[in-house]
Order: sequence, then C-alpha cells, then structure tokens
Amino acid sequence: MSLMNNLSTSMISSSSSTFLAPTSFNPSRTQSVSVPLKNINIVKCVATPQEQQNAYKTKVSRNANIAKLQAGYLFPEVARRRAAHLLKYPNAQVISLGIGDTTEPIPDVITSAMSKRSHALSTLEGYSGYGAEQGEKALRAALASTFYRNLGIEDDDIFVSDGAKCDISRLQVVFGSNVTMAVQDPSYPAYVDSSVIMGQTGQFQKDVEKYGNIEYMRCTPENGFFPDLSKVARTDIIFFCSPNNPTGAAATREQLTRLVKFAKDNGSIIVYDSAYAMYMSDDNPRSIFEIPGAKEVAIETASFSKYAGFTGVRLGWTVVPKQLLFSDGFPVAKDFNRIVCTCFNGASNIAQAGGLACLSPEGLEAMQEVIGFYKENTKIIVETFNSLGFKVYGGKNAPYVWVHFPGRNSWDVFSEILEKTHIVTTPGSGFGPGGAVRVSSESAHLVTGRMSWKLAEDSSSFTIESNSI
Amino acid sequence: ISRHESEHLRKNPDASLIRLGIGDTTQPIPDTITLAMAEQVRGLSTIQGYRGYGAEQGNMPLRKAIAGKFYQDMGIKANEIFVSDGAQCDISRLQMLLGSNVTVAVQDPSFPAYIDSSVLVGQAGELEEETGKYGNIIYMNCGPENDFFPDLSTIPRTDIIFLCSPNNPTGHAASWQQLKQLVEFAKANGSIIVHDSAYAAYIRDGSPRSIFAIPGAKEVAIEISSFSKFAGFTGVRLGWTVVPEELLYSNGFPVIKDFNRIVCTCFNGASNIAQAGGLACLSTDGYQDLCKVIDYYMENAKILVDGFTSLGWKVYGGKNAPYIWVHFPGMSSWNVFAEILKKTNIVTIPGRGFGPAGEEYIRVSAFGQRQIILEALRRLNSFL
Repeated sequence: MSLMNNLSTSMISSSSSTFLAPTSFNPSRTQSVSVPLKNINIVKCVATPQEQQNAYKTKVSRNANIAKLQAGYLFPEVARRRAAHLLKYPNAQVISLGIGDTTEPIPDVITSAMSKRSHALSTLEGYSGYGAEQGEKALRAALASTFYRNLGIEDDDIFVSDGAKCDISRLQVVFGSNVTMAVQDPSYPAYVDSSVIMGQTGQFQKDVEKYGNIEYMRCTPENGFFPDLSKVARTDIIFFCSPNNPTGAAATREQLTRLVKFAKDNGSIIVYDSAYAMYMSDDNPRSIFEIPGAKEVAIETASFSKYAGFTGVRLGWTVVPKQLLFSDGFPVAKDFNRIVCTCFNGASNIAQAGGLACLSPEGLEAMQEVIGFYKENTKIIVETFNSLGFKVYGGKNAPYVWVHFPGRNSWDVFSEILEKTHIVTTPGSGFGPGGAVRVSSESAHLVTGRMSWKLAEDSSSFTIESNSI
Repeated sequence: ISRHESEHLRKNPDASLIRLGIGDTTQPIPDTITLAMAEQVRGLSTIQGYRGYGAEQGNMPLRKAIAGKFYQDMGIKANEIFVSDGAQCDISRLQMLLGSNVTVAVQDPSFPAYIDSSVLVGQAGELEEETGKYGNIIYMNCGPENDFFPDLSTIPRTDIIFLCSPNNPTGHAASWQQLKQLVEFAKANGSIIVHDSAYAAYIRDGSPRSIFAIPGAKEVAIEISSFSKFAGFTGVRLGWTVVPEELLYSNGFPVIKDFNRIVCTCFNGASNIAQAGGLACLSTDGYQDLCKVIDYYMENAKILVDGFTSLGWKVYGGKNAPYIWVHFPGMSSWNVFAEILKKTNIVTIPGRGFGPAGEEYIRVSAFGQRQIILEALRRLNSFL
C-alpha cells in the first residue's frame, strides 16, 4: 500500500502544466530530466503487519473524505517496466518521465529584483515582517493594470498567493462541503481532488472512473474540446481551464460568452483557471473578464509559474470581483478575504518582489521571450507528430499538444515508445473509451487517465490522446 | 485595533504611536541568511542553478537539517518533517486533514487561528453570544491559578488538543512534567495533540522545546513550528510540521499518509528561496546569529517585565517567550487598551482578542527597537 500510494500521490500532486521544452535532442539536456523517483517521498511504514496489529492507535477517526481519494496504481508498474528496460539496455540514455519542471532559467531582470529584496531584509530600512495577506499593494496594482486594464477589475479585487494549486484549495474552503461542482474531462487533478477532500463528492465509482456528485464535462475533438453545455447539469461551481491543460484547447470569445450565459442562467460560479493565458496565439480572450457580465459569475486564478519559471519560487493570484455575490447577497470576496487572512499569511515577500519585476516593461519582455521559446518547441513537436501522420490537437495556444493514437491501447503505446526510443512515459491504466495519453517531449510521458490527469511537469511535454477499443 | 489606532491618530495627529501589540519581528535578518537566499536567487538565472517544482514536502537537505537541529535524539526522521510556508497555513491544512467531524480543545486564551480554522472546517458549532465561546469547542482555561497550564482533570475528552508552548499570548512554557501529563492524558483518551512550538527558540529555563522530548509523544502528537519568530521570516514565509509515522488513526491508518496527500493536493511547496534561507538559519553561523537576535528581543522582554513590575502591575510571561501578559483584575481589557492608548500613545493588544479568559489582560510584545521599548516605559512611568 505505502509505496504505491506515495508514488502515485506525489505524481498526481505535481502541477498540471506540462511544457514543451526546448527540443531535447540535445543530450546535455537529459541531465536535467527528472527521474520518476526524484520527487517521491517514500514513507516507509515502520511497523510490519504483525507489529501494526499491536501498535498503539489513537481513537481519532480517519477523515472519510480523504479516504475516498484514489491512489493510482500506475506508477509502480511504470517504474518496474523502466527498471526492466534498463536491465535490457544498460547503456541506453533513458529519458524518464518524472514530475516535469520548467527548465528555462529565470531572466536576470527578475532575479536581480529578488536578490535586492533579500539583501534589503538585512537592513533596518529595508526589513519587512508580516505583509498584507492579500499581497503587497504595488504588486496588486501592477497585476490589475497588466492583465485587467479596462476590464473593471480593481487592485483590491486581486489576491496574491503562493500559487494556483493552493488558491484552488482555499476557494474550496470558501465554498464549503455543500456545493456541487463541474469539471472538464480531462482536467487538472487538483479540482477534483480538492473537491473530494472538502466532502463535496460521493465515492469513486470504479466502473466509470468518476466520483459521485461531480458533473464531468467531456471535452473531445468532436466538440472542439469545449463542453456541450446543453448536456451539462446545473452545478454551483464550474471549473474551467483555458488555455487547457492537458488538451491545449483555448476557448473562443463565443464559447466563453456561452459559458458565462450558462453560469448566469444557472446562478453558478465559474472558477476560471487562466494559468496559460500568455501562451495564447489566437485572438481568444485571455481573461474571463473580457466577457461582459463575467464579473457577476466568475473568479479567475492565475500564476507566475509558467510565465516566469516560478514553479519553485511560488507566486500566483486570484481575482474575486466585488460584483460576485452568494445567493443571500453576501459578497464572495469578503469570505475569500477572510479565508486568506485565517488560512494563509501572504506570499513570500521575496517572490512578490520578483513578481513586480516580472510586470515591469523589461520583465514582461523577458517573460514573452521565454514563453516564445517554449512555443517554438511546441511548434516543432506539432510538426514532428504531423509529419509522422498523427492527428494532433492543441499546441497553438498552450504548451500542450494533444496527439491521437486511434484504436491503440495506452500500455501498448507506452511499450512501443519505450522499446524504440528509450523514452519512458506514463500510461493511464484502467481507462475507458477515449483514453488519453500524454507525452512530454523532454521526458516522454504517456499518461492515460481521464480523471487523474497527471501532467508531467516537464519543460517539453505534450499530451497524446488514444482511443482504446 | 487598527480602527482604534486610526481614530486616535485622527484626534491626536501629532501623537507618535508606539506599537507594542502586533507580534511582528522588527530586527533585520542576519547577513549569513540573506546572502544564502540571494545566492539561491542568482542561481535561478543559470542553467545549473535553476530549480523548478520542488517536492511539496520540502527539500530533503532542509528536512534533514531540521531533524538534526531540533529533534536530535528524539527519533524524528527527515521524512516525518513537512516544510511549509508557515504555521498559520499548516494549521489550516491540518484542519483539512482532520475534517469536520472531530472535536477539538484549545487553550483559553490562545492564538485565534486554532479556533478560526476549526470554525471554517465546520467543527466548532454555533457561537454562544453570552460566553463568546463556540458550542463544540472545549476551552481549557489557563490562568494564574493553574500556572497557565490546563487542569486536565477538568477537561473532557476531545479528538484533538491544541497546545501552544511557549504560549502566545501568556508566555508560559510548559514544564516537562506538564507535557508528560498531557501526553498521558492524550494516550488515555486516544486523542491527538497538535503542539505549536513556534516560540521554542525563546525558551531560557530548560523547559522542553519539543513535545517529542516526552517519551510516547510520537504516538499521540503532531508538532507545528515556524521560522517566523525564530529567524524574522514573518514575511519570507517558512515553517514545518512534524507528523510521526507512529501516529495512527483509530483504524490503524497512518496520519502521515493523509497529511502527505493534503500537502501534495492543496500545496505546492514553500518557496525554494525561503528554503535556502532556512538551511542557512540552521548552519552553525546562521543559528548563532539568530540567537543574538532572540537575545535582543528577550532583553527587551526583561526590560518590560521589570518596568511593569516596578509600576506595580501583575506581570506574567516574558521569560520564555517574547510576550508579556499583564493582569488588570476586574477591568475590561478593551478599556485598559483604550486608556493606555489615550494616555501614552502606546498600542497594545486587549487580551479578550485571544479568548474569553483573556478578558482582564493586555498582551505586550517584546519585538521592537530597544529605544522604542525604553521610550514606552518612560511614558508609562510618567502616566502613572
């Protein structure tokens, strides 16, 4: 139980974004590739089964909601196959799937600001203690003017955080256990997992691989990776990520207008994850608030992770408009503020100094350059898979490419890629029709799994969708 | 409080306020530590030094350093330590872990986050206006009559017991004997202690710095701690939680597994820059430098304790924590707060903010520049 749990836990836990890395045909790159076990915290059960029976137990019941979470069974098998492969080809330069990371260094203009702030903390004039939990004023103002100019979003609608994943959980605490939620299928695992933990869901139903009480909005090539809203039941909360991880799909203005209307008609709240907005090439909205009326129905989360390589530095933000009200008229922002002040103590002041530098003209230019670099990689991958005759989706507005392997079993795809290219991926197992496979190009990573989208946090990754029979 | 401050400043625009209320560190972080953070930062701009996502549980070298520095000989291993962005955040994550169906006991008075987070998760029941207490929470009274440690013989069983030692706001550091009693109490009741040791570095009298100094604690306790008050990291954001592998739910399932799941789902690790700073804090030089800062604050505390005592006030704490708990029997803490503010322009914290049992008390903190502390005493002397 333990090893498997922990492997899958730490895999699932990683951020959902997968990058298209610089083409990793440069062998020196492979040195920075993370191996599957790198970030796994193996918790060894000290007691043997026999001893465990005699071990002291408290009388505190385990939280039944957490017990609902499914551990994957995938990764130990992947690790086993990888090990077997290495035995077979001891000299192979195996590119492994791990928790993929952004790989490009952070531009100097940004790190020098953080360096300066660090040094300042050693001086009387420059020392600062607790900051406002909502974030430093200058940063909130810069975020408003950079991303929400003319959209009617004000500085104090913006809450700076240590990242989107943490914000998603804090939003769930605001919503509580009695709300219903809808997610895209496939989607970033944190929406579903945080919902389970909060007690919003029923049990996991193994036959359909879904949690009870969650509305799964299927996103496929057939519907242009935008849910058919006429088939979606009303829920209190709708999680929507665009540009999307893992499909790479970016919702159009028309689609988002329909989504906002759908939410308005149903009295629902959209939680719009815009973590990849700066990757948008097409003329699609980058913020949900570009849609008229959205301020009354939506919250937006965003992150510096994929713009500035801040995956380890930790900085993001959430926008909660003043106009967003609960059914009794109480402003959602007030409750979110309360959560932020009770459950959080602000993002690191050094990270915030970096964030401010990111939004300077020089910083923005530098971020665009890094993003452009990743986008160029995406383009290469799209071209490669196209030229190999595969059906490819995404890749234009996001660092994700969705490649189709019709009629193939994901484990077969995994094995073939491993055998032929020494690239270890992670196929999702036990996957129903429409199984998807995700590959990260730096560390090829096949993941099939409709629900438990474990997206390799890799600087070069793309998703492969495989329709198993 | 800030409302009172603003109001006061409006009436007295020339007043120079001395803030002895907020528990925020004021002294700069020693160079050894900020240099390490700056170096980490510079590394992020290089290919070799760039780091993306770290393990949500924290960087292993830091976890090892924490184990080695604080839990030597207590049998706590690096993998039982979860690095975080601070105790306040960890408290909420622990509450998410425990869920809405557990019962909790907190000290009265106590740091508000235990109760507030309990309310948010749905454990607390309704607020009773007359008592100011939440219906489902057990309040463990801590006052001079019981040496600021709960009389466990009067406490009913709860699933969870929050204990902060050294205590915010009373300043009391539980003795070995008191903690042993608590561990036995928890064991007998099958409860889990959440021990907040954020101020352990301020202990001067040899009281235990960790609950795990008590034999048997690993089967009944979780410990949270922080670099905030230890290293001036209130803005940098770094802390940790210890969940021993031996700690089991009633069905035998290890608590550490579920906490790991929470950490991996609801969190994405502390900033790698803060973690680099943390590692420097635990180096020989770094630790030595930090002890000097703590000594500075505790010298402030001594000055305040002596000063208040000579004013004839009943003073508690200030010996193992940077907080002084001053008793004004029979008086409302808000009234005392208001009078001190009005007469001396000194901002304190009314004890009522920490719970019903804080009613006759004021908390004064020892953070601040020495000259401010001395000036505060001068004003109080002339006011009286």
